[in-house]
Amino acid sequence: MLIYAVKRLVYMLPVAVGVSIVCFLLVHIAPGDPLTAVLPSDASAELQAQMRAVYGFDRPLPVQYGLWAWRVLHGDFGASIATGRPVATELANAVVNSLILAAVATCIGFFFGTLFGVVAGYFRGSLIDRLCSTLSVLGVSVPHYWLGMVLVIVFSVELGWLPATGGGPGGSAGRSFDWAYLQYLLLPAITMSVIPMGIVARTLRALVGDILNQEFINALGAKGLEHRGIFRHVVKNAAPTAFAVMGLQLGYLLGGSILIETVFAWPGTGFLLNAAIFQRDLPLLQGTILVLALFFVGVNLVVDIVQTSVDPRMQRA
Amino acid sequence: MGFRHLALAAGIALGALWTGQAAMAQGTLRIGMTASDIPLTTGQTDNGGEGQRFLGFTAYDALVNWDLSKADKPSDLVPGLATSWSVDPNDKTKWTFKLREGVTFHDGGPFTADAVVWNFDKLLVKESPQFDPRQSAQGRSRIPAVAKYRAVDPLTLEIITNVPDATLPYQLAWIMMSSPSQWEKVGKSWDAFAKTPAGTGPWKIVNFVPRERVEMVPNKDYWDKARVPKLDRLVLVPLPEANARVAALRSGQVDWIEAPPPDAVPSLKQAGFNLVTNSYPHNWTWHLSRVEGSPWNDIRIRKAANLAIDRQGLKELLGGLMIPAEGFFPPGHQWFGNPTFKVTYDLPAAKKLMAEAGYGPDKPLKTKILISASGSGQMQPLPMNEFLQQQLAEIGLQVEFEVVEWNTLINIWRAGAKHESARGGTGMNYSYFIQDPFTGFIRHLQCNLAPPAGTNWGYYCDPAMDKLFDEVRNTFDKDAQTKVLQKVHEKYVDDALFLMVTHDVNPRAMTKKVQGFVQAQNWFQDFSPITMAP
Repeated sequence: MLIYAVKRLVYMLPVAVGVSIVCFLLVHIAPGDPLTAVLPSDASAELQAQMRAVYGFDRPLPVQYGLWAWRVLHGDFGASIATGRPVATELANAVVNSLILAAVATCIGFFFGTLFGVVAGYFRGSLIDRLCSTLSVLGVSVPHYWLGMVLVIVFSVELGWLPATGGGPGGSAGRSFDWAYLQYLLLPAITMSVIPMGIVARTLRALVGDILNQEFINALGAKGLEHRGIFRHVVKNAAPTAFAVMGLQLGYLLGGSILIETVFAWPGTGFLLNAAIFQRDLPLLQGTILVLALFFVGVNLVVDIVQTSVDPRMQRA
Repeated sequence: MGFRHLALAAGIALGALWTGQAAMAQGTLRIGMTASDIPLTTGQTDNGGEGQRFLGFTAYDALVNWDLSKADKPSDLVPGLATSWSVDPNDKTKWTFKLREGVTFHDGGPFTADAVVWNFDKLLVKESPQFDPRQSAQGRSRIPAVAKYRAVDPLTLEIITNVPDATLPYQLAWIMMSSPSQWEKVGKSWDAFAKTPAGTGPWKIVNFVPRERVEMVPNKDYWDKARVPKLDRLVLVPLPEANARVAALRSGQVDWIEAPPPDAVPSLKQAGFNLVTNSYPHNWTWHLSRVEGSPWNDIRIRKAANLAIDRQGLKELLGGLMIPAEGFFPPGHQWFGNPTFKVTYDLPAAKKLMAEAGYGPDKPLKTKILISASGSGQMQPLPMNEFLQQQLAEIGLQVEFEVVEWNTLINIWRAGAKHESARGGTGMNYSYFIQDPFTGFIRHLQCNLAPPAGTNWGYYCDPAMDKLFDEVRNTFDKDAQTKVLQKVHEKYVDDALFLMVTHDVNPRAMTKKVQGFVQAQNWFQDFSPITMAP
């Protein structure tokens, strides 16, 4: 098991290097001037050239990459062009906010996804199956930024129950885990949980159906096991897939929440990424993409290891 | 039964939340900005007009301020931290500024001529310890005339300009004065200063959460007693997404939003929100290329295009949220003058001019215009440009659009019409900040400001216009200068140098509780007279 984990960890290294090169190149190939954010639009060419030199954008790309990668290896992501604040600080705040959001969304999504999926699969063809399946199809199909706006209209604008935007009554700083803060979390988390809920539910429904058709289920029944006992075996067999699917979804939730975080002005990585894109804030953009990509790689690794510990057959693969 | 209990508990919790929100302090105004981050808090702010509006003239002052107290006419300059200024009659490059006595920064430090010198050095002298590249990037290009400066005595400042330049006071109205003593106190670091800034303005910044909010309280010791804020607190929240801004306003999270999207305006009005608009020095135009081969070199075509646009129809398209152009500046502006060419909708006259130029619906003139899909100040560029496209087709002007992203358009604008990035476009849809002589007139059309030296995008060059610009710089009497500026505007209009389409009205939506706000005809606004009704 340990050897397996170490092996996977070593495989991560070339992936990480590749990711860093790709994300560096991506932001440099994209059109637009990184100095847009710091210069008034009618700044003279001379001033632009000076600022370009100050930020090192006048150097060849490989040199810029080398310097950046070297600093990143030392934990220094540089400073944001637009704000002058260290990228690491900005990222740390945003990652924490996104993690909180993603964790809550994952819990909601995983709980309801598993519930709907297993119940639908177990009672295949029944009314309850159709109801659960409809909900999960809706979850996968509804664009979540649209759902976010609808939830805001209903729960914030019309009913006035929950706040529409923001990370807390005084911003995300000074966060506490009481209702004053948690209420800000609810709408974005629910919006975010809908897709993983749908995916997990649909995967599990199919899987549970398959498992129920297998011979060992008949054997368990023949041995005299009751519904509850059989159900336990079904869940145990479905669990590794559920974890794998949910792990991938957690990765998506961490990186793919630009739309939701923008709609709800939630101060996470998606919101940060959005601002960085519009301001052409290259150091911030590079740092954020790199961290998100590595996070994704890391989550996959953790999922692999968890999966393997649940189902030792995976080690052979 | 369990569910009922749960629902009851949830109901009680939500009810408590609702009453909690209703009981917020009465004197707090919360504003949703369009910026995606809090603009720079150190003095010389970023994020263009919005930055200067919310974090410039609130916490800071310039030597020369804008009079933001009137809504019925375009605002003019008024004394700020300088009480008076004069130019040496024998040497028109030598200015003397008398400074306001007894002004202190928010940290208690005194405001003196040395503090002004320190602030200029912050922007202009790389070797000075307080030099800040980020503030310099914002401020340096605003004061091109300033060559030298010195403190004559604690309350007298001398500024020497490169050449005689009567527009110096307008330039100085950009430059915010940060506190040297506070910068020393926080360890000579602008990053630390950004968290605990100090200026001389009517508001003090007391809480700053990067990217989320900034809070200000009144500066009770403000030098202009008439402008001591009446509110208890001003809170600014960045809400870049237009629908999120509307939702935040409608759910009571903010009391005021900047730039509500036009399609949300009817529903906001219906829900009882006030929509405040006013004319201000903004211009939505097609900047025309005057490079060899451009069809716009023919004045008949320029005039024909200007006469072919039904600006009232465009206004309907925008739900009334625009002021139809009658010239380059909004109608009623003090620099408007009396142009002879009337910018109206006159299809027969437009067709006649096109025919004279050798074109018509059966022999169309084809050309390409660069536009953006969205952007700061660009209003609704896609439907608006399509509207123009249809109208111009009627007189035989077939326009093809090259749609580029807003920041790309800015770069093409900087590079000039001759540059390959212009992709053969003969015009560009751009919106302009036109608040002072330089941003309003000179930068667009002065011969030696063609790229890369400046932003005369179309390479227009007319010695007669340059002569007028020189006259603007050399006329130190305010009224006489206004007359020259009127002549400049008359030439802009009479020669139909731009496709003059519309001016934005700077819409903002607010709850009925917001009282006492006077929307000045300016990019900047005064928040001091505002109160919140209980």
